[in-house]
Amino acid sequence: MDVRLQISMVFHLDKCIGCHTCSVACKNVWTDRKGAEYMWWNNVETKPGTGYPTSWEDQSKYRGGWEQKNGQPDLKMGNRSSRLLNIFHNPYLPKMDDYYEPWTYKYEDLFNAPEGADQPTARPISMVTGNLIDIKAGPNWDDDLGGSPVYAANDPNLEALTPEQRAEIFEIERLVFFYLPRICNHCLNASCVAACPSGAIYKRGEDGIVLINQDRCRGWRMCVTACPYKKTFYNWSTGKSEKCILCFPRLETGQAPACFHSCVGRIRYLGALLYDAEQLTSALAVPDSQLVEAQRQMILDPFDPTVRSEALKNGIDEGTLEAAQRSPVYKYVKQWKLALPLHPEFRTLPMLFYVPPLLPVMAKTEDGKYDSSGSELFSPIEKARLPMQYLSRLFSGGNEELVRYALKKQYAIRLFKRMETVGDLDMSVVGRALEEVNTTPEEAERVYRLTSLPTMDDRYVIPPSHREEAMQMLNDDLLQERGSAGLGFRELPVRGA
Amino acid sequence: MLDHLLFVIFPYAAATLAVVVTLQRYFKKGFSYSSLSSQFLESNELFYGSVAWHFGILGALMGHAIGFFLPVQVLWFNSAPVRLYILESTGLLFGLLAVTGIVSLIVRRLTAPRIRAVTSALDVVVLLLLLVQVVLGVYVALFYRWGSSWFAGSAVPYLRSLWILQPDTGMIAPLPLAVKMHILFAYLLVAVFPFSRLVHMLIVPIQYLWRPYQLVVWNWNRKTLIKQSPRSLRHPVTLPVPAQASDPVAEQRAVVTR
Ligand code: HEM
Ligand code: SF4
Repeated sequence: MDVRLQISMVFHLDKCIGCHTCSVACKNVWTDRKGAEYMWWNNVETKPGTGYPTSWEDQSKYRGGWEQKNGQPDLKMGNRSSRLLNIFHNPYLPKMDDYYEPWTYKYEDLFNAPEGADQPTARPISMVTGNLIDIKAGPNWDDDLGGSPVYAANDPNLEALTPEQRAEIFEIERLVFFYLPRICNHCLNASCVAACPSGAIYKRGEDGIVLINQDRCRGWRMCVTACPYKKTFYNWSTGKSEKCILCFPRLETGQAPACFHSCVGRIRYLGALLYDAEQLTSALAVPDSQLVEAQRQMILDPFDPTVRSEALKNGIDEGTLEAAQRSPVYKYVKQWKLALPLHPEFRTLPMLFYVPPLLPVMAKTEDGKYDSSGSELFSPIEKARLPMQYLSRLFSGGNEELVRYALKKQYAIRLFKRMETVGDLDMSVVGRALEEVNTTPEEAERVYRLTSLPTMDDRYVIPPSHREEAMQMLNDDLLQERGSAGLGFRELPVRGA
Repeated sequence: MLDHLLFVIFPYAAATLAVVVTLQRYFKKGFSYSSLSSQFLESNELFYGSVAWHFGILGALMGHAIGFFLPVQVLWFNSAPVRLYILESTGLLFGLLAVTGIVSLIVRRLTAPRIRAVTSALDVVVLLLLLVQVVLGVYVALFYRWGSSWFAGSAVPYLRSLWILQPDTGMIAPLPLAVKMHILFAYLLVAVFPFSRLVHMLIVPIQYLWRPYQLVVWNWNRKTLIKQSPRSLRHPVTLPVPAQASDPVAEQRAVVTR
């Protein structure tokens, strides 16, 4: 057993209100720079929809992630030598137009325009060329199903549905959608790391954050293709690639990342997971539909004494172990089995998990009335407006059972709370529902509390990083650094000539 | 005298500049080393430009290197006319490929507005120098036939004399102007090299062919820090010797730079 620590995330999709506060917080902190204007390390897209960059899930186009080749995982973008041969021109690189051309407005025209009969306007100009542009797309062009006949209909996940089902979800009175906030998944089997010819991308051993060393990145732009989630971005100005850093400077000082901290819907949870790095190969040797189970298998029980002693041997300290025990992510992913990874079939072992949305479940009505009696127990889920096939294509590699379980469990807990608060159901019905998803009233209460009433401290359990100890353990005499410009090597990120 | 200046002093000055500036740039401004790819902004035209250019120039440079290091073998190879024709036409093909490539790269730089936005003055200088250089090369190949043979008798002895620091320009004095220009432009490119985007050819990531896929870097892991530091005595934590890194995850200890 090789115990490692991973800072992991859970996003509860039923709580996301699609306000984009997270995206804006991230943009203001990290990507409000030349060359990075088009980057949204955090973005929120509408599903069904094509997302950002357009159709990012379509790997026949972008060739991201891994595939099994003769029983061995290899990158979908080709073997090592063919990738090197493509270095002069990468045929699978997304272009700026797959994202959008960033723009601003000529605000000064509002002040400088000569007096005339018409109101002056601020026309849009490109932030790349400075020329006037005709805006054709933006980072969130199909928000809330805007232009859905064009955009949502191109969602690759709809392939999982029959033509009738597809037609049904776009009928105006049945329209259904939910929000999918996305950041880097800080994967265990990261394909960006594997694709970087320079070896500039790495996973931090201490917390599993995947980072790009800006000094070693040489702009070969392979990571952009390799990441199936399209969460590595090429900075067209500096000639280096960049990605979400999970706000590590904030984490190291005990603060939640900016997108988490600002989340209005409080949908975001962050905590430590212990996992067994030795199972990396075996967890990937299974068919798509079993990947989620195999990944859950890798996640270790922080209460297990053997796990604890192995963790201590690997340099994980007591404080961190305690944080792992309190981790909300551990609860949602492993104990409650409510949270699932996004597109596990890309085989990167993503460490950001989603609680699939119940949505307006009572969608199909009988005689124009919703059935809220609970008499049919889970029928609303089976008859949900958004077909199970669609959700399982997103969150479980096609395994409908896992999604159905997560939805039924949430629904059972709803019934349980309805019984307590409204009082129109009785325990004979609710008990049956809870039993069917193997849960107890106590657990239901705990899920309810962490889902609906969590405080900031419940949502973000950040293990201490103890960098102060690291500093003291270095050979350097820190007193010598007094009066100098600080530790480390700093250089302005100026584009090479 | 002029020959001495252009063919002895100039190459030495250019080479010194190249080595010193390249190194200091690498260690002081490592961030500036990048392919500076512009494919993200424009991809279709780049395909024809970049692929043709790189395969052409790399083939041509390879040919020059073979001529420099193995002149005797090349002469032997060329002793049969068929082989001479094959060698010469292969060389010419690479040259023409490079010319096509660089022309379309230049056209792309000047016409695509997004590419103009990321073009520096030095980029233009470099592209024009390269254009002149490859055109001269092709011109020499066409009009001063069988360079792959006479190269061994005139240019190689001269270049070797420079290499062993006993410069002798006797061999090249009688060469035609186009050949001399080709040599001079090469030196000019060497001089511009360290300041320009051309440094990207030094950081070609061949190590990628054998490095393990996954890479883990430990920055402040107690296990590794304790091992590296006598100060750990202040922190009496007893930990066993770290286990060996297990495949498929490669381990690396971060170097803490000041
Ligand atoms: C194996 C060695 C080399 C590799 C891997 C390499 C790779 C690259 C890459 C990735 C680009 C960026 C293309 C883009 O915009 O996406 C590039 C551009 C360029 N390379 Fe190379 N290169 C190599 C050798 C050379 C050599 C030997 C020369 C010239 C003597 C050269 C001259 C150029 C020039 C002038 C550009 C700029 C093209 C433009 O955008 O206008 N390269 N190279
Ligand atoms: S801030 Fe929270 S609620 Fe708002 S869009 Fe982002 S994830 Fe959803």
